[in-house]
Amino acid sequence: MRILTGNDLKTGAVTWWTGSDWSLHVEDAVDVTGSEDEIARREESARRVNAPYAIDATMDEGSPRPSHIKDRVRAIGPTVRPDLTLKPADPDIGNWVI
Amino acid sequence: MYKYDSYDQQMVDARVEEFRDQARRRLEGKLTEDQFKPLRLMNGLYLQLHAYMLRVAIPYGTLDSRQMHALADIADKYDRGYGHFTTRQNIQYNWIKLEDAADILADLAKVEMHAIQTSGNCIRNISSDHFAGAAADEVVDPRPYAELLRQWSSFHPEFSYLPRKFKIAVIASDTDRAAMRLHDIGIQIVERDGELGAAFYVGGGMGRTPMIAPCINPFVPLDQLVTYAEACLRVYNRHGRRDNKYKARIKILVHEMGAEEYTRQVEAEFAHLLEQGVEPPFAELERIRTYFEDPLFEADLPDDIDRSDPDFALWVDRNTVAHKADGYVSAVISLKPVGGIPGDATAEQMHLMADLARDYSFDELRVMHTQNIVLPHVRKADLHALWSALDDAGLGSPNLDTVEDIIACPGLDYCSLANARSIPVAQQISERFAANGKTEALGQLKLKISGCINACGHHHAGHIGILGVDKKGVENYQLLLGGSEAEDVSLAKITGPGFDEAGIVDAVETAADVYLRERQDGERFLDTYRRIGMTPFKEALYG
Repeated sequence: MRILTGNDLKTGAVTWWTGSDWSLHVEDAVDVTGSEDEIARREESARRVNAPYAIDATMDEGSPRPSHIKDRVRAIGPTVRPDLTLKPADPDIGNWVI
Repeated sequence: MYKYDSYDQQMVDARVEEFRDQARRRLEGKLTEDQFKPLRLMNGLYLQLHAYMLRVAIPYGTLDSRQMHALADIADKYDRGYGHFTTRQNIQYNWIKLEDAADILADLAKVEMHAIQTSGNCIRNISSDHFAGAAADEVVDPRPYAELLRQWSSFHPEFSYLPRKFKIAVIASDTDRAAMRLHDIGIQIVERDGELGAAFYVGGGMGRTPMIAPCINPFVPLDQLVTYAEACLRVYNRHGRRDNKYKARIKILVHEMGAEEYTRQVEAEFAHLLEQGVEPPFAELERIRTYFEDPLFEADLPDDIDRSDPDFALWVDRNTVAHKADGYVSAVISLKPVGGIPGDATAEQMHLMADLARDYSFDELRVMHTQNIVLPHVRKADLHALWSALDDAGLGSPNLDTVEDIIACPGLDYCSLANARSIPVAQQISERFAANGKTEALGQLKLKISGCINACGHHHAGHIGILGVDKKGVENYQLLLGGSEAEDVSLAKITGPGFDEAGIVDAVETAADVYLRERQDGERFLDTYRRIGMTPFKEALYG
């Protein structure tokens, strides 16, 4: 599957296309195969996202998991600062990233 | 320390307001990201993995307590309570919001700081010896010359769009503590027959094509320093390759053109420029020099240190460095606690370091390119009180230049260019050696880790270097041996096939064990490697 990601224009936060909006959580991302360019163009021109791009992902326990480690790090946060990730209380989140 | 004059302040304030307008127009949609990107980069604002990242310039790594407090306040107010000191003596904030960026620049301007030219294809922050003005072995304090070059290179219209970024280092001793020959231009202030001059080394660098800069002129009179630098830049600007960013650095030009021909062209340009009178008045250098006069060192201070506390004694042995004034030392604050993130400091730690600089070091701090902080002028009599305060704050690690004092770039945890994570490898190596007790026996062992070929972690210059690569989507780490960024500069060589994350930690210990087995009296790791060569290490690593 292909999912669409970018950064919030104001905050720079990593965001994911949900089909109708942008979410901080990769598990909200939807498959955009075939329409990624059109959505990216439209959303960027509306300033709802900055520098969007599509990536490969697979479904993992019902949620999208980016195929490349770089996008998994983006999805969660720095592996060396679990307190700054989106899931600071999840002790197994490192396994999901790596 | 240099203080802005009204012209400096006006320039920086004007740039803040210019950027405020640019950011506003971007947020309002009047600028596209393609239009805005070069503007934000000129102000040190990157878009990294998780957020915008702001890189703030710390000229030649020197700052005072007021500035360090301001950096801490920015970490607290606009970021997530910490900052990252970099391998070019700067600081980076990882979680910046675009809507805050102009306010941050305004706060920086209030303490005579900025983020100008910390990105882009221009002359970057001038770096220098972190012990400048304190080192017993320097012929002169190199910072006035670095400051002169900073002023010359700031907003220089001819050099705002170079083929690639351009880095200059200035030192003034035979001991190189600034990786001088691994810069685009390395300048060593030297003394010849009682006169000071500048030796120019041009065309060094790390990155994907590491090169050691050759000396193209061993003695440029100091009243022609800027003119000669301008000639070096002009030849580069004229011939540097703009068609291929991977071949655009000056090191490629010097290599392909040949140092002899490059030098010939520089000398011709230099002769031409001398007629143009581009050199600033010598009085300006004299004015700058007045800001770098020695503080009022006390005379007849006791030289003895009470070493009855073994932890303190170890810190003194490892983390203090001889000073030119009797009764003083330079004290290094390690930002490398065991298992910590190299170069990171919390806002609280920054505030503390600022207070300690005010109380114990004539209000001065230095950022080392090795991602530690120096208090350059500390009375020996104050060392125990200083160490106690540092130790209480987790800043008392006694590990300068040991295997635990690791340089590591932000790597894949933060950087959009990285291929692999650097920090976890550094953490595991420091934990491994702290646990196995080999750190003391290994002595000086400079270990440097980069998460990609761009080499921000200086892996080419490590006695042991580690390069993270992407191997079919999986992190892999190459091991390199034999590099040095010092006066015995050399480039490290790859041992062979790479390792996974756990394997690279084992491999470093294996290489260290070869050294412990093979070393002769007085040899550092690097000396043993140079004597016995790669083969024994490869045999131990790969069987």
